[in-house]
Amino acid sequence: MANTTLTRSIPRSGSAQVIRQPRKKLTVGKVAAIVVAAVLAVLWLVPFAWATVTAFKSEADASASKVSWVPPSGFTFDAFASVFQAGNIPLWTWNSLYTSAAITLITLVISAFIAYALSRIEFKGKKVLMTAIIASIIVPPPVLMIPLFYQMLAFKMIDTPWAIILPQVIHPAMVFVLKRFFDQIPRELEEAAVMDGASRLRIFMQIILPLSRPILAAVAIFVFIGAWNNFLWPFISTNDDSLLTLPVGLQTIKSAYGVQYAQNMASALLAALPLIVVFLFFQRQIIKGISTTGLAGT
Amino acid sequence: MSSSTVSRQTSQVRTKPTPGIKAGPSLRRSRDNVSGWTFAAPFLVFFLVFLVWPILYGFYMSLTGKSLTGANDALIGFSNYSEAFADAGMWRSLGNTLYFTVISTVPLVLVALVMAALLNIGLPAQWLWRLSYFAPFLLASTVVSLFFVWMYNPQLGLINDFLSKFGIPKIGWLNDPNVAMWSIVIATLWWTVGFNFLLYLAAMQNIPAQHYEAASLDGAGAWRQFFSITLPQLTPTTVMIVLLQILASLKVFDQIYQMTSGGPGGSTRPVVQYIFETGFTGYRLGYSAAISYIFFGLIVLVSALQFVITRRRSA
Repeated sequence: MANTTLTRSIPRSGSAQVIRQPRKKLTVGKVAAIVVAAVLAVLWLVPFAWATVTAFKSEADASASKVSWVPPSGFTFDAFASVFQAGNIPLWTWNSLYTSAAITLITLVISAFIAYALSRIEFKGKKVLMTAIIASIIVPPPVLMIPLFYQMLAFKMIDTPWAIILPQVIHPAMVFVLKRFFDQIPRELEEAAVMDGASRLRIFMQIILPLSRPILAAVAIFVFIGAWNNFLWPFISTNDDSLLTLPVGLQTIKSAYGVQYAQNMASALLAALPLIVVFLFFQRQIIKGISTTGLAGT
Repeated sequence: MSSSTVSRQTSQVRTKPTPGIKAGPSLRRSRDNVSGWTFAAPFLVFFLVFLVWPILYGFYMSLTGKSLTGANDALIGFSNYSEAFADAGMWRSLGNTLYFTVISTVPLVLVALVMAALLNIGLPAQWLWRLSYFAPFLLASTVVSLFFVWMYNPQLGLINDFLSKFGIPKIGWLNDPNVAMWSIVIATLWWTVGFNFLLYLAAMQNIPAQHYEAASLDGAGAWRQFFSITLPQLTPTTVMIVLLQILASLKVFDQIYQMTSGGPGGSTRPVVQYIFETGFTGYRLGYSAAISYIFFGLIVLVSALQFVITRRRSA
């Protein structure tokens, strides 16, 4: 038992995966596993494939009563052309990008600062503060939507980007993810700086933060994906068409275009593209980020 | 020399703050108080303004007849709550949320476990499997809804077309009140199972290899190893995943609102949508704040359970 806890507390890097069974031996069981995994993978890829095929069809072919993977009148960029002509997707993408980036940045800064205080500084009221933040992890965002909307009205922030950004920067669980990481940084590293009379701020900026890059990246990834895809709050807090984020904008497309299936799928794919591309490039970091922050609860 | 011992001493005191031991000179103490609260301040401001205050204010609202039109701000005590408890619409939507939570949590945990177990055997091309299982998690709910509404289309949809090859009659995936919630569960499974899958995979890779080596020497096969080593070692992870999934499922709104708008006939409308509609379509902010609090009570109950269980584990 002691053995397991010991091993578990040492984070293992993704590359150090243990291969449990000799690779060369292709047993019946392994073949069966590959088959099942492949069936699941196909099932999981079909919606992407079908959306892609549909997006490259003409509207006539897309709504033909005979379902076809290869359209009778060939593949075309028409749907994408019409979507670009409507011109909303780039605007929504930009809105999503800068609001999510702002949310991620503010979250990282304010969470790292308080996490450092909770990890390293003994101050009056720390226990109470910690309990309050832990307790707040359970507050579900939908419970806040009514009072928060009313509050943003009072602040005159409805229909400004601030209404989207500011309420999304509080991630109590992430504060504790960061604190736990800071706790593991050996204090000896700071002692020399303390002797030199360095301030807290300098120690934090020059010693703690550089050592914390992996966890900061993990938190950033987690927060960014959440903000990029958030629907409910941006949907409530914006009426102005020029402020719609991608997820909210797509919702308006659905009602506006109605039965334009090829255009619907083209829009959906364009909306999905940025994060999928980012994922292809940073797969390892994103997977590690999700694995380290995911269990903290949001 | 002497200064180095002093700093070492104080730093030791800071590592284990036992009450009764004075943490250095009082100057340092008050400096720590100032710097502690200064570092905490930026987060605290947001925390108070956008979390603590709305919670308190929401509760106050739930005691008033407040509406979006501004009429009737007067305190009316708990009558919103008594109205809610007699409101068939609220109970029905709460029931839908619980139903969704039950029938979505089971596959979202089991399928994730199967996916992770398959990969953990050591399949080739790990990145390919991870990519296919996890990629949907990166999509916005609206994208997922667009994909599935299209595939679920009764006349032109891919799924009914596929089933018709086996002589299965057309199914109204989103139009049939008996089927709609299951269709939403399928879409949700496709969308978010990758998250649980990653958590399981990470946990499996942290199981020390010696356990498996010892079992292999004893002649235990892959199945035996899975059930007598992997699963028991995963118990803490499973508990956490199940609880987080329950909490996530209880908050369901996006994909239902987008795919069925709660229909047909209110058969899929979750409680969050009921709150949303009461507040923003019905303009009854006070009443919808009261329902928010009833919903909150449910979440607190589940979270308390989580807290008790994780406490017991770590103790």
